[in-house]
This record gives sequence, structure tokens and C-alpha cells, in this order.
Amino acid sequence: MAPVVEIKGLKKYFETPNGYLHAVDDISMKFEKGTTMGVVGESGCGKSTLGRTIIHLHESTDGQILFEGQDVTHVNKRQLSKLRRNMQIIFQDPFSSLNPRMTVEDTLKEALLLSNDTNKKSLDKDIIRLMDMVGIARRLRMAYPHEMDGGRRQRVGMGRALAMNPKFIVCDEPVSALDVSIQAQVLNLLQDLQEEYGLTYMFVTHDLSVVRHISNEISVMYLGQLVETSPTDELFDHPMHPYTQALLSAIPSTDIFHKKERILLKGELTSPINPKPGCRFAARCPYATDACLEPQQLTEVGPGHSVACCRAKELSSAQA
Amino acid sequence: MDVMTNQVKFHYKTPPRPASEIANDEALGIEKVKKQSQFGEVMKRLVKNRSAVIGLAIILLFVIVAIFAPLIAPYNYEAIDISNTYASPSLAHLCGTDEFGRDIFSRLVYGARYSLALGLCAEAFSVVFGIVVGSIAGYFGGWVDTVIMRLLDIIQAIPGILLSIVISTALGGGFFNTVLAMGVGGIARGVRVIRAQFLQVREQEFVEAAKAIDCSTPKIIFTHILPNAVSPLIVSTTMGIGGTIMGAAGLSYLGLGIQPPTPEWGAMLTAAKDSMRTHPLQMLWPGLCIAIFVLAMNMFGDALRDAMDPKLKN
Repeated sequence: MAPVVEIKGLKKYFETPNGYLHAVDDISMKFEKGTTMGVVGESGCGKSTLGRTIIHLHESTDGQILFEGQDVTHVNKRQLSKLRRNMQIIFQDPFSSLNPRMTVEDTLKEALLLSNDTNKKSLDKDIIRLMDMVGIARRLRMAYPHEMDGGRRQRVGMGRALAMNPKFIVCDEPVSALDVSIQAQVLNLLQDLQEEYGLTYMFVTHDLSVVRHISNEISVMYLGQLVETSPTDELFDHPMHPYTQALLSAIPSTDIFHKKERILLKGELTSPINPKPGCRFAARCPYATDACLEPQQLTEVGPGHSVACCRAKELSSAQA
Repeated sequence: MDVMTNQVKFHYKTPPRPASEIANDEALGIEKVKKQSQFGEVMKRLVKNRSAVIGLAIILLFVIVAIFAPLIAPYNYEAIDISNTYASPSLAHLCGTDEFGRDIFSRLVYGARYSLALGLCAEAFSVVFGIVVGSIAGYFGGWVDTVIMRLLDIIQAIPGILLSIVISTALGGGFFNTVLAMGVGGIARGVRVIRAQFLQVREQEFVEAAKAIDCSTPKIIFTHILPNAVSPLIVSTTMGIGGTIMGAAGLSYLGLGIQPPTPEWGAMLTAAKDSMRTHPLQMLWPGLCIAIFVLAMNMFGDALRDAMDPKLKN
């Protein structure tokens, strides 16, 4: 079966006065039905842009986007509205992702009416159904966003996305603005919904513990490029790319007997505007050699585990 | 989430909603939850603000006077009484009489009609223009925005009162020409306020969310951005009405705009300035009316800004 969403060599460049900003550079990924792909990376590495480009909130510069095997990279208006019923997004900030002048009902009603899945008769029932689905008490139906806490607001945002009955949802850091206790609730809700409706998630985050909890696979991005992709456990057990290793070493450990060596990166982030060919991480990489100035290929090193580093094999055998 | 850095993966099934909560919901029904309108909420907060209440009361008083002018004015505002010019205030003539013996109080009462209508119409003109053009410039950006804003720069390069003078000189006096002259001076402000708000609001995620659920562009502009962008303009308009009345008074004073013998406050000031040295009270009355009304408008506008700020809710 074809993956729900597949991207091939997707690029998104933004024009700036100094040249092109390579926000997403030549990224290929597959999103299998019912799974969660975690996308991690530091701020500004293009992970949100990637999600927004896939669901056509940004126009892609180059590459292909396939939905259920069909090329949907360039679509006309009618195809786009059909596509938007299938691909939705949950936003990071539940404060700005809801219109402050619309009640819970207004927000859900608007999405339901646009989804064409409802009629005037069943609208009331559908609103209640959605609210129950995402766990908002019915008494909050006429509440405005400012009258609710962050978790409830995020649930409204999820309800709005689910109203369209999507197959693929981009979760753009959906829990990073929430309290820890509420984070767990929202994550569990996301997983419940996935189990029940067979949803496919692209889970964008910079929180590694969250991504480990929810993802089947993880892709690591650095400055617009994919540096490593792997099943979750494999990635946490055997990180191959020096950047992934540094990233994982930043997770605080609770084990006081085996202290982890924290890898501290030196140097500044390279500018994503008109970057030089070659490994973008080379400037900060402790293992960089001349070979790193050549463009790096994503090569498979294990089942489902690919790394874009020419020294990955040699380094991992040295460590073993 | 520190717990999750451990090796074990946690996934608790979301607990079912407690029976008490469900029962509560069922008892509540669907219709019983009433929506509190935004307007009602703003009003509620306005009433709590003393300066808003005072301002609104004065404004309403002026409006009532303007509407019921024929019932309130003791004399015909055009009735000339040569035998009783420059009369001092008395019970018969509350504010005295002017150089033709006309009752000043009656003229002020009728003048409220002209001055208030002028302020409202001119502001309405610039508000409508500001919302339409400002929305277009702010939402679409790019060259549309550049063209509109450069044209506005040209308009704004001319001082407001000078622009009004030019327009009313070209078009001549009269009510509608004066409305136009004052309104054109205000459009740049309206467009800029709305555009600035649009630039800010359109970047917010709920606008992106609206796009993601396939909202049409007009719907995004009118239901998502505009309601969140319009409150600064409402406030600046309330304050602007006072300014417009002053400006129109200035035009009349310069001999443009609405002309004597029409009992517009500004025109009355103009007429009274000739006898300023001998009968200063003549100028005081219309000046006082303008000052009080502008002050009331400013008080109300100031409180309105506080009441409409969603951050100050609760």
C-alpha cells in the first residue's frame, strides 16, 4: 500500500535581500498509515516550514508531494480544497491559533461547515460529537478562548482539525506551549485518536522525550537538511550522525551512577542563506574532515536507518 | 517530561469522562448554554468606568438636544431682533443674543445638529474608506500595499488643515463639501491604523488555521482578521469625531466650510470674532460647546480602548 504521504526531494526556499534562504532543502520522507513520524531539530532548522509546505500552506520550490500515491505538488483550487480536507495542522501556540472573538462552537462550526460532512440538521450533534471526541466539557460550548486554559484551547484546535476528517495531521509542536501535566493529557489524546481513526501524524518538536514517547520513526533535521532518519528505539540506542549524538546527549539523565558525557557543540549555526555545498554541520562537527566539504548522501546503515554523514560508519565502529 | 526519558514507554488510555460530568452535561442540554455577546461584554466593562459613563452621558445629552432641537430651542434660531443686540445672559435669553439680536442658546441647540452630523459623517467617510483600502493593503501586501501607501504618503505630505482648506476652496462651502473636506484629511489615518493591525493579525496562527480548513479569502478577511483589527480604529474614530468638529470649526473660522448664518458652532465662533473685544461672551458659548463635546468624546474613547482590550478581560 502506498504511504499516506510521501515527499521526494522537497525544497522550500525563501527569497531574502541577501539571497535564498534554504529552509527546506531536498528532503524525502514517507509517512505510513497509522504511524507517527517525529521531526526534531533546533529552532530555525526548517521543521515547521517542512510541515507547512507539505500541507500547502507554503508553496514548495521544488520536489514532489504525493498523497496516497498521487502527485499533489501543484494543484488547482478545487483539488486544493479536497486536499485540505485530508491534510490538517495542529498549531504550537493555543493562544494565537484560535480566533479570540469566536466561541468554541463558532470555531468548530466553521470547520464543520467547510468540511461538507454535515448539514444544518446534524450540525448541533456534530459539534457535540467533536467536543466529546477531544474531551471538552459541553458547558464550554459558548466559551471564548480567553476563558479557557492552554490544554482546553489546544483541544479546540484539535477539534477544528478533526472536523475536516483528515487522514494526515501535521502536529507543529502541539505541546511545547503547555504545562507538563497537560502535555501528557494532550499527547495521550493524540495517541487515542490515532488508534481510533487510523490517523497519520507528522510530529514536529524540539522536545526529545516527547518525540520518543509518541513516534514510530524519527527524522533529525539540521539547517533544512535531513541528517538522520531511523525507527525511534534504534535512533536513541545507536545515533549515528554526530549532530544526533550531540542532540541526544543534551537529554538530562536521571541515572546518577552512569553520568553521561554531554557533547557541547562549538561555533555558530551556519547561515541558511545561500549555504555552501557539503555537510552543513561540518563547521561545528568535532569529526569534520576534508571529505565533509563534499555534498553528503543519505545512505542506509541499517533497516530503516539512514544517515547523511560520510564518516558515520567509521565513527560508529571506532566507538564500538 | 522527565518521566519519559526512562526506558519504559508510558501510554495511559485517556480516562473516560467522569459520570458526574456527563450527567452535568446532559442536564445542561444544548440550548441552555448562552453565548455572551462581545458587545455586551464591552458594555458591561464600560459601565464600570466612571469617565466612560460621564463621557457617554454628555454625548447622549448633545445627541438628544440635536434630535429634539425644535422642542428645546425657545426661539427661532434665525429670528432677528435689531432692538436687542448683544444682550447679556438673562432668563429670557439664557446665553444672550448676538449681533443681530438672535438668541444664542437657540442657535447653539440647532448648531448641535450641524456640528454633530458633520463630525459623524466625516468620520464615517474616513472609517469606511480606511477599512476597505487598509484591509486590501494589509492583507495582500506586496506591490498593492506599496502603491496604496505611497499615494497616502502624498496625501499626508500636505498638512491636514491645508488639505481641507484646498478641498473646500475648490468645492465651495456647504455641508457635504465640508464633510468631504474633513473626511479626506482623515482617510490616511484610518487606512494606516487598519493596515497596521492587519499586518499584525494576519501573521497569527488562527489565520493560517483558517487557510488550512479552506476558508475563502473574503471570509478570512471579514470574519477572522477584521473583527480582531478594528478596535483601535473604533477608538481613534471616537476621538477623531471631536477633532473633526474642531477642524470644521477652524474651516468656518477661516471663512470656508459651513458659513454664517448657518448656526454651526465653528461658524458662530467666526461670526463672534469680530466683536471679540467688546463682547467676549459671544465667543465663549460656541467655544464651550465644542470644548465640552470634544472632552466627552475623548473621555469615552479613552475608556472604550480599555474596555475593548481583550487582555484586560476578567
